[in-house]
Amino acid sequence: MSVEDVHEVVSRIYEDVSSQSLERGDVLINTLHAIQDHYGNFIPIEAAEALKEVTGTPLSRIYEVLTFYTMFATHKRGKHVIRVCKSLPCHVTGGQAVIDSLKYRLEIDFGETTEDGLFTLEETSCLGLCGVSPVMMINDEAYGNLTPERVSEIIDEIVSRERSESL
Amino acid sequence: MPVVENTVLICAGGACISAGEKSVKSVFEETLKKYSLDGVVRVVETGCMGACDLGPILVIYPEGVFYQKITAESAARIVEEHILKGRVVEELLYKGDSGEMKEKPQEELPFFTEQVKIATRNLGVIDPLSIDEYIARDGYFALHKVLFEIGPDDVVEILKKSELKGRGGAGFPTWMKWDLTKKAKGETKYIICNADEGDPGAFMDRAVLEGDPHTIVEAMTIAARVVGAQKGFVYVRAEYPLAIERLTHAMKTAREYGFLGESILGTDFSFDLEIRIGAGAFVCGEETALINSIEGRRGIPRVKPPFPASKGLWEKPTLLNNVETYANIPPIIINGGEWFSQYGVEGSRGTKVFALAGNVKNTGLVEVPMGITLRKLIYEIGGGVPGGKKLKAIQTGGPSGGCIPLELIDTPITYDNMKKLGTIIGSGGMIVMDEDSCMVDVAKYFLEFTVEESCGQCTPCRDGTRRMLEILEKITEGEGSMNDLQLLKDLGENIMATSLCGLGQTAPQPVISTMRYFWDEYEAHVKQGKCPAKKCKTLMRVVIDKEKCVGCTACARVCPVDAISGSVRKPHEIDPEICTRCGSCLAVCRFGAISKVSP
Repeated sequence: MSVEDVHEVVSRIYEDVSSQSLERGDVLINTLHAIQDHYGNFIPIEAAEALKEVTGTPLSRIYEVLTFYTMFATHKRGKHVIRVCKSLPCHVTGGQAVIDSLKYRLEIDFGETTEDGLFTLEETSCLGLCGVSPVMMINDEAYGNLTPERVSEIIDEIVSRERSESL
Repeated sequence: MPVVENTVLICAGGACISAGEKSVKSVFEETLKKYSLDGVVRVVETGCMGACDLGPILVIYPEGVFYQKITAESAARIVEEHILKGRVVEELLYKGDSGEMKEKPQEELPFFTEQVKIATRNLGVIDPLSIDEYIARDGYFALHKVLFEIGPDDVVEILKKSELKGRGGAGFPTWMKWDLTKKAKGETKYIICNADEGDPGAFMDRAVLEGDPHTIVEAMTIAARVVGAQKGFVYVRAEYPLAIERLTHAMKTAREYGFLGESILGTDFSFDLEIRIGAGAFVCGEETALINSIEGRRGIPRVKPPFPASKGLWEKPTLLNNVETYANIPPIIINGGEWFSQYGVEGSRGTKVFALAGNVKNTGLVEVPMGITLRKLIYEIGGGVPGGKKLKAIQTGGPSGGCIPLELIDTPITYDNMKKLGTIIGSGGMIVMDEDSCMVDVAKYFLEFTVEESCGQCTPCRDGTRRMLEILEKITEGEGSMNDLQLLKDLGENIMATSLCGLGQTAPQPVISTMRYFWDEYEAHVKQGKCPAKKCKTLMRVVIDKEKCVGCTACARVCPVDAISGSVRKPHEIDPEICTRCGSCLAVCRFGAISKVSP
């Protein structure tokens, strides 16, 4: 990506986010969300630098914030970010088996991305779907009542959808 | 316009969606079209109906027939049988304990009949995207009353009489917060709604935001009028995209109808709202950390005092309540403070929404008068523990709370009683655990959570909880000593006394509480190197009894890590090196051949 492009994109995103805000300042977190959505699951260093240029916010402050919150990433993540719930309600209803099967099936640990760049596995605190535990989210979609078998089906579905799209 | 003959409510709460509601709805609508019934049958997606374990749920009116656990296939059958031919599809009805069918469990089951719905009055009843349906259920009437009939002082008085306390965890009297912010000096003031619901096991705020977003818009606007604020923020966690979507829609339509924005209902009062999205930090549920996060900073708590009522967002007086608290406001204003305080008991008035999760038959949300006993909540309403297992403990209050053992379940749930038992009501999450749960493991689990979520600002919480976790890890691996138990206790008390914010001050609570009620279990880990519940990984193994195993391969097929080997009709074997002790195989063996053993 060229520097001019990034600058233009980030500046447009920032304007967009601030214009929707009641208070024009202090929209750093909402802006970072929008930048991350734009670049697909992470915030490239170039975009953070452009944000510094656009807003005058020191880069240290931008990084201080973006590394504090678990949903922001500074490195490229997979196309599908799997967030599996590690809270107690999921734990007592078979969550460990779900986590084991995800790690085994994808051959990655928490915080890692599959070689084909399709999946990143992350743990999350409670997703508020405890009535259908164990649960996970894949990007914005939630899946409940999970079992190792159901996990396999869901991953298979995504993989085959991706394959047919790339053909 | 054709006459609508049936109205079909489909639960589109977060849990039902994750159980497949979207495909149920699309197949249902396609099938209606196929038979040209789409003009006479109205399909409405509602908010959470509460009974998560029965989802996806579909209710057909005018009869009120309740169908549960619907799949795409059964959705088509309901159209073909019930709608087209007028025949109830019996297999899809709710079945009672003895197998009897119930067409209208909503009118029979204690799960539904014991509830008094105030904060959740509109959930599962209206379309959350329709402002008209909200208005039809007395929506925005309270705002009208506050603008034209009663003054700000009257509102505070009503809240005082209602004895409503904050439903987010701390239980601070709501009227007092409103009064303090109202009396605070300053031209600029803010209203905040804490929708950063994070306690594991609590999901009522999610349900209210997704199922009745207008109640939050209305309550915050009323709050603004009372304390004299011009702007408000709803801080929603990023994990709740659907809540953000529906709230955004509600704000937009409220502006169009003149309930929000400039000159509300033609008066000189103006107020507007904005959503701020979290980014995955539990600590932001703490009010001052949340304020920092709205200001675009790291979500680290501030030293209190000053309290937000005098110096909050951008140093201005700020009123901050949680979602469930706000959801109670409009009906209290319409019906009066005494109406609300008729429910509940001394010191704990009104109703409370509880989230039932874990090893309980009827999972989901229930709103009941406070003072109800845990027994009634877990057994009568929740249906008890599934699989014929024994109740061991109930965890309340998330990582700031504790466990209540079976012996104490006749305790009425009140703020004071929970405190006496060494826990809190918190936001109302009730994690039910059966005999298979190890209480040392549970304590360790919460400490892992705290270590992960500690903001890192103060030493007791940042380093202290990490040391506690290390000790717990040692114990669960059978390497602990009695000295470690004492150290754990001392460290816990120290962290509680010296942490900066409420989260740090309560972080050791799950450990202290399990030590109080389950000391024997701690001792068994330490003295005998045994986990009585056979849960702690290093202290147990899963084995197959060669005599009993018939080689049906069921276990090998469910093993998530392929640790089970053996040919068909020959006894199978588990490789302990690969086995993660997850217990999946145990659940599927029909021959009782698999068991957990202590080494």
